[in-house]
Amino acid sequence: MKTLTRWFSRNLIRIYMVLGFTYLFIPVAYTFVFSFNDYIKSNLVWRGFTFNNWKNPCGVLDVCPALGNSMKIGLLATFIATILGTLIAFALGRYAFKGRAVTNTLIFLPMASPELVLGASLLTIFLNLGMNLGFWTIVIAHVMFCISFVVVTVKARIASLDPRLEQAAMDLYADERETFRRVTFPLVAPGIAGAALLAFSLSFDDFIITNFNSGTTITFPLYVYTHAERGLPAQANVIGSAMFFLALLIVVAGQIVGKKVKVGK
Amino acid sequence: MADASTSAKGDLKLTNLTKSYGEFKAVDDLSLVIPEGSFFALLGPSGCGKTTTLRMIAGLEEPTSGKISIGATDITDKRPYQRPVNTVFQNYALFPHLTIFENIAFGLRRRGIKDVKEQVDKVLNLVELPHLADRKPTQLSGGQQQRIAVARAIVNRPALLLLDEPLGALDLKLRRQMQIELKWIQTEVGLTFVHVTHDQEEAMTMADTIAVMNEGRIEQMGSPAELYDNPKTAFVANFLGQSNLIEGSIVDSDGDYHVVDLHGQKAKVLKSRTHSKNNSVLYAIRPEKLRIDLDNQSRPGNRFTGGRIVDVSYIGVSTQYQVEMPWKQEIMVFEQNDDGVPPLDKGDEVTLSWEPSFSFALDGAQDATAGSEVNPEEE
Repeated sequence: MKTLTRWFSRNLIRIYMVLGFTYLFIPVAYTFVFSFNDYIKSNLVWRGFTFNNWKNPCGVLDVCPALGNSMKIGLLATFIATILGTLIAFALGRYAFKGRAVTNTLIFLPMASPELVLGASLLTIFLNLGMNLGFWTIVIAHVMFCISFVVVTVKARIASLDPRLEQAAMDLYADERETFRRVTFPLVAPGIAGAALLAFSLSFDDFIITNFNSGTTITFPLYVYTHAERGLPAQANVIGSAMFFLALLIVVAGQIVGKKVKVGK
Repeated sequence: MADASTSAKGDLKLTNLTKSYGEFKAVDDLSLVIPEGSFFALLGPSGCGKTTTLRMIAGLEEPTSGKISIGATDITDKRPYQRPVNTVFQNYALFPHLTIFENIAFGLRRRGIKDVKEQVDKVLNLVELPHLADRKPTQLSGGQQQRIAVARAIVNRPALLLLDEPLGALDLKLRRQMQIELKWIQTEVGLTFVHVTHDQEEAMTMADTIAVMNEGRIEQMGSPAELYDNPKTAFVANFLGQSNLIEGSIVDSDGDYHVVDLHGQKAKVLKSRTHSKNNSVLYAIRPEKLRIDLDNQSRPGNRFTGGRIVDVSYIGVSTQYQVEMPWKQEIMVFEQNDDGVPPLDKGDEVTLSWEPSFSFALDGAQDATAGSEVNPEEE
């Protein structure tokens, strides 16, 4: 009895960890397992193992066009938001100007506001401007909420950058442009890359704001939502699982590259 | 990029240089000439304006007024990359994303120099770290990073090398070693070094000329020996080493000497070492210049009688005494432990004696503690 108690107290943190990760990963595991389900109509009951869904991920009507839309919107919104957000981050992180403190606060607002409110008010604006809802209104909406996250991420990186490194570059005959190109940008780049990944996953994932401003355009989250009631095809699980592993791959690759850069080999 | 100003040569000349932040003057009307090829130290406590002066010379700070020139070339309004000046930064500021080789090659490449590899290899050999060329800065020890920072600057053969507290982050033993090494490198490459530090020992070990700075101004400038033996202000007397400053007044003259009355006891001081506008003086004598004896043994020179030891600290190479004088002031005495005689005891009645030519006298109107309460190790 005593040894059991001791074992328990020694391994408590491990048990806790296993329970924690189980809780976090059960939905992911469930999605993955059911991507192999030989389903009919509704993918809720296990009916047997098959590779058919993975062999033919576009085998269900509309799922791949929706995925394509999400990809296109995600890449475009990420591209625009990353450029704009990085420029804002440099302005806020490097220069003193009138209204900087206010801008610093305002930039947080889109992150703090409820998505429902943002989505609804964007819809009002688009309707008042007489814009046709669809692909481009979704892109505009996504850029809007991604910028804040990019600014915050990149700004943190700039703040951690020792200004003496840029001074050293200038001291060593690099003019302003060369200093940015050779020292500032390479050192801030990991932050910008992280911000871009974050922006893409936020955009790819978004349902609420998109739902207000999509018109007849269907993105992947919208597809999943509308089909969840009637029975979601296992292809959605296939795409979800694939996205999960892709993200995992990027993170692991990023860490390996990061380590190599640190070790300097 | 390489215009006439980046190849300027000659003495560094600062003329009425001032840097104000609102009401506060970090550097106040500073003028000085640093001869080409010298090892010059700006010494002072933190906040005295020495780093601001250095940054203005580097072009990283804009002077409020005044002029900076090298030889005949005015560089006051030049950008940092347009000056023949390189800096060794306090925390080295090595580029973390570049290898040691590329760090050192940085300045050469920006100026479009051809034989980069040859020059980098040469300077790596000079600092004795050729095997580290392919490493990244974070893989190096503090001492190695320090040497690479020096190499990265001197490879450009600037007219002027600025060193901003270059040894501050190293431990004492390594600092001593680097002091000797830096001095050697300076002699080897023959460049002008301007060295900013709060560490008086560091300044005295390396520099030919030291300017002691206080509150944005130069208190006194001279060779280490001049500053130590004949300081002109209480600040310099206290900041460089330690001094016993005793209030007194000049009462008589005796050849080259003034005769000073110190609380009823007479002492002499060289007229050439007296820096007072009137008869009121602070008579000064360094602790190691004093000899301590049990009562009234006859020794040549001046003497104080009636002292009583109130504290003894044995520190191996020497013994430090605090001696209370009849006028209640405590005088510090450092006695070399070179005679095999055991230290005196607390409570002993003693006589202090000294060679009068070793003493100096300062203006009596000054605060006798100026420069002594600043902790030089504090940043």
